[in-house]
Amino acid sequence: MTSSRTVSADSLAAACSVLREGEADDAIDGVVPAFVASPGDVGEAAALLRAAASHDLAVVPRGSGSRLGWGVPPSRCDLVVDMLRMDAVVEHAAGDLVASVQAGARMNHVLGMLAASGQEIALDVPGTATVGGVVASGLCGPRRLRYGSPRDLLIGITVVRADGTVAKSGGKVVKNVAGYDLGKLFAGSAGTLGLITQATFRLHPLPGARAFVSTTFPADSGLVASSVAAAANSPLVASAVELYRPVPAGPVSVSVLLEGSRDGVAARAGALAELLGGSVSGEPPAWWPWGIEADGGTLIRVSFWVSALATVLDAVSAAAAGNHVTPAVYGSAGAGVLYVGLPPDAGDVAGFVSSLRLSLGGPRGSVVVVAAPAAVRAELPLPGGLFGRVPSLGLMRAVKDQFDPGHRMAPGRFPEGI
Amino acid sequence: MADTTVMATAATGAPVALTAAMTRICGASNVVTDPLELRTYECDGLTSHRVTPALVVLPGSAEQVAAVVSECAAHEVPFVARGSGTGLSGGAVPHSEGVLIVMTRMRKILEIDAVARRAVVEPGVTNLAVTEAARPFGMFYAPDPSSQVVCSVGGNVAENSGGAHCLKHGFTVNHVLGLEIVTPAGELTWLGDGTGVVNGYDLLGAFTGSEGTLGIVTKIVVKLTPAPQAVHLVLAAYHSMEAGGRAVSDIIGAGIVPAAIEMMDALSIEAAEAAVHCAYPQGAAAVLLVELDGPAAEVEAELATVRSLCAAAGAYEIRAADDPAERARIWAGRKSAFAAVGRLSPAYIVQDGVVPRTALGEVLARIWELSQEAGIRVANVFHAGDGNLHPLVLYDDASASETEAAEVLSGAILDTCIAYGGSITGEHGVGLDKSRYMPKMFTADDLDTMQLVRCAFDPASLCNPGKIFPTPRLCGEVPGHRRAPHPAVASGQAEIF
Repeated sequence: MTSSRTVSADSLAAACSVLREGEADDAIDGVVPAFVASPGDVGEAAALLRAAASHDLAVVPRGSGSRLGWGVPPSRCDLVVDMLRMDAVVEHAAGDLVASVQAGARMNHVLGMLAASGQEIALDVPGTATVGGVVASGLCGPRRLRYGSPRDLLIGITVVRADGTVAKSGGKVVKNVAGYDLGKLFAGSAGTLGLITQATFRLHPLPGARAFVSTTFPADSGLVASSVAAAANSPLVASAVELYRPVPAGPVSVSVLLEGSRDGVAARAGALAELLGGSVSGEPPAWWPWGIEADGGTLIRVSFWVSALATVLDAVSAAAAGNHVTPAVYGSAGAGVLYVGLPPDAGDVAGFVSSLRLSLGGPRGSVVVVAAPAAVRAELPLPGGLFGRVPSLGLMRAVKDQFDPGHRMAPGRFPEGI
Repeated sequence: MADTTVMATAATGAPVALTAAMTRICGASNVVTDPLELRTYECDGLTSHRVTPALVVLPGSAEQVAAVVSECAAHEVPFVARGSGTGLSGGAVPHSEGVLIVMTRMRKILEIDAVARRAVVEPGVTNLAVTEAARPFGMFYAPDPSSQVVCSVGGNVAENSGGAHCLKHGFTVNHVLGLEIVTPAGELTWLGDGTGVVNGYDLLGAFTGSEGTLGIVTKIVVKLTPAPQAVHLVLAAYHSMEAGGRAVSDIIGAGIVPAAIEMMDALSIEAAEAAVHCAYPQGAAAVLLVELDGPAAEVEAELATVRSLCAAAGAYEIRAADDPAERARIWAGRKSAFAAVGRLSPAYIVQDGVVPRTALGEVLARIWELSQEAGIRVANVFHAGDGNLHPLVLYDDASASETEAAEVLSGAILDTCIAYGGSITGEHGVGLDKSRYMPKMFTADDLDTMQLVRCAFDPASLCNPGKIFPTPRLCGEVPGHRRAPHPAVASGQAEIF
């Protein structure tokens, strides 16, 4: 073991100039990686993955590390590839509304640069998150209703495959259908298909003004649902329609974000306030979730067709009552995504998840545990576990086998051990 | 074909056993074996590539498609799916020994959920039919390729179709939220569940735009969009392309994202005028169309800004229209341009290259130079907002030398697009026609990596083979992972050089 570790270390050091042994802080769910390497460019990243391949090392890419505790921990981790040295904004073509950024760049750094030209990557994600981390975890927030998720804004990607091959797809023009779109496949892939080294995004102009139209409804999920649909389907064009219910079967707050010109937003907000019976503010309500966080507890993502919103709200209340837990519900109701949050000591979380899956078991949605403490993870029933029902699992396995035949890239982070 | 014992019918070249199986699955009236009738399927919207299929089938349900594909897989016969046949890259060109699966009988709109803003449709439904079905609910289906009256949604999914309005509203891939597909092995499965939230890999996103090479779509869940409160179309006429281009940059620079920005040059205006009498301003070297849509309160302000920016860039005439009939009259000139150019020339090639919008001026100047050098006329009609050029290379197909010169010029235009960091195709797809340009845009490693997806879905390479990629990848071998010598080498049947 010692000698093979020495050989691996020599080989990795030859590939990448910044290499150290793993420390306690690098541990993922208690597993300390043998090595942490920080490539400075795509050449080093490729050499590193080639070396890792030749020594059969399990590799976990890392950006800010904030989402490594989400999902299922990797079953094996010998090498963490820390991307923070690759933090350059490679190109910002303001006139083309396009920016290419290295994977290790932090979002607040990138957004700061873009804002100087009055532009943005229209995703609501934590500023400390890295570009690669955002893409790999598919992070987005309230404005997904209007702009979609990272896959919708990504127009080009460069990756290093498990065997060290560097490949790109897409490009730096927004309109482009040449070849398969690997960006779609890598967005949300959690490091299981390869290492993302660079991403190119389409940008949007920063809105000149924004307004929030907010209101609170009594405990009537039917009324909430029809108001949310009215806002989301209105030609007044909402950027986000968010909902917050602090306790099951309790009152529900709804807030709608409008973006545009100063005069336009004022007129639209007035019209929407009349439609919903709410009040207008330049600032979001205190509960507005700019970033989705688990805070050490359990975070469940429920996705659904918006026509099922009332059913979903009632199902969460019923599952909570049946399992004696009191989860808060919040999220992008107008886009068909809600988060259910439970603190670390919540009680029978696994029972709650099972009840919810039972009542929302149709094909048009899913109940996914995006983050949970180890104790909760262990109790979640199999098959399903964190992910529930995953259609086309056979095709997903085939994709994984093609991209990572040795199953060394973030092994086990995906459904069914992928 | 692996099964060499199967007899081919004299008429079609399709194995008798396969024809019998297809007839059993789809019914005799939905299986085409007559050689003359087979020939009507020899090409899609790009008529320069023609191959007569061995057999044509028209399945009527997802289950029939699955059964048809299963038979093809079992017989190791290649198959190609075809929608309305309007594609412009030869993506639906049949395989001479294969089955062409025509999806036009599957044209039901299965469901409209206006509250969830979703429609569920069969693949043969036309693009415009979705918008028409959504209209009573105050909604529309945003992607609108110019062929939307006839093109099918299934074909749109295969090509990731764009259209004039994708500048603001996005492409097909941004509006498709669920697909029922038949895999190349003949299995029915779903990619995506219509929510827009992906559980596992985004196979839906990878599949959309894969040009029919990863499977056949049998049901589609699309996102509907609330119809805009206000729509304004501005037409601005310029004495030079440069001035029109300046207006485009200034509009984008002002933070406005119009629904569409289109531009036409003198030659294409002349053609459109002759064809549809669109009455564009006399003597224009460039006509710019800018469409704004959205909440009335936003669009009115944007309209004022756009008008003043168009004027500041040197427009000598500006018209604005907000009623649908007047807008349609103005759009008619633009939408007729491709067909109208047929009046100027016996034959023409439509290119679909993309360049960064800011490079449009330089690239257009370069295209003009190339056109002068070759002595071949090029009409330019393009989506100026997203840099998607549609140069129409005009030539006389009766002259072999002119035909060749037009081909060379076409290639040189694509080379120019690539040199400026653009793409060889913005919306028409690679298909059969442009696969030879792929190595100019992508490295061998890029193409190899893309084909890993192909290998995952279709290891036998039976599903629309020969499209997109100039060199197919052998899916059985994984480079760098072969531990033992190739069996043929080990047994002495082959040597490594």
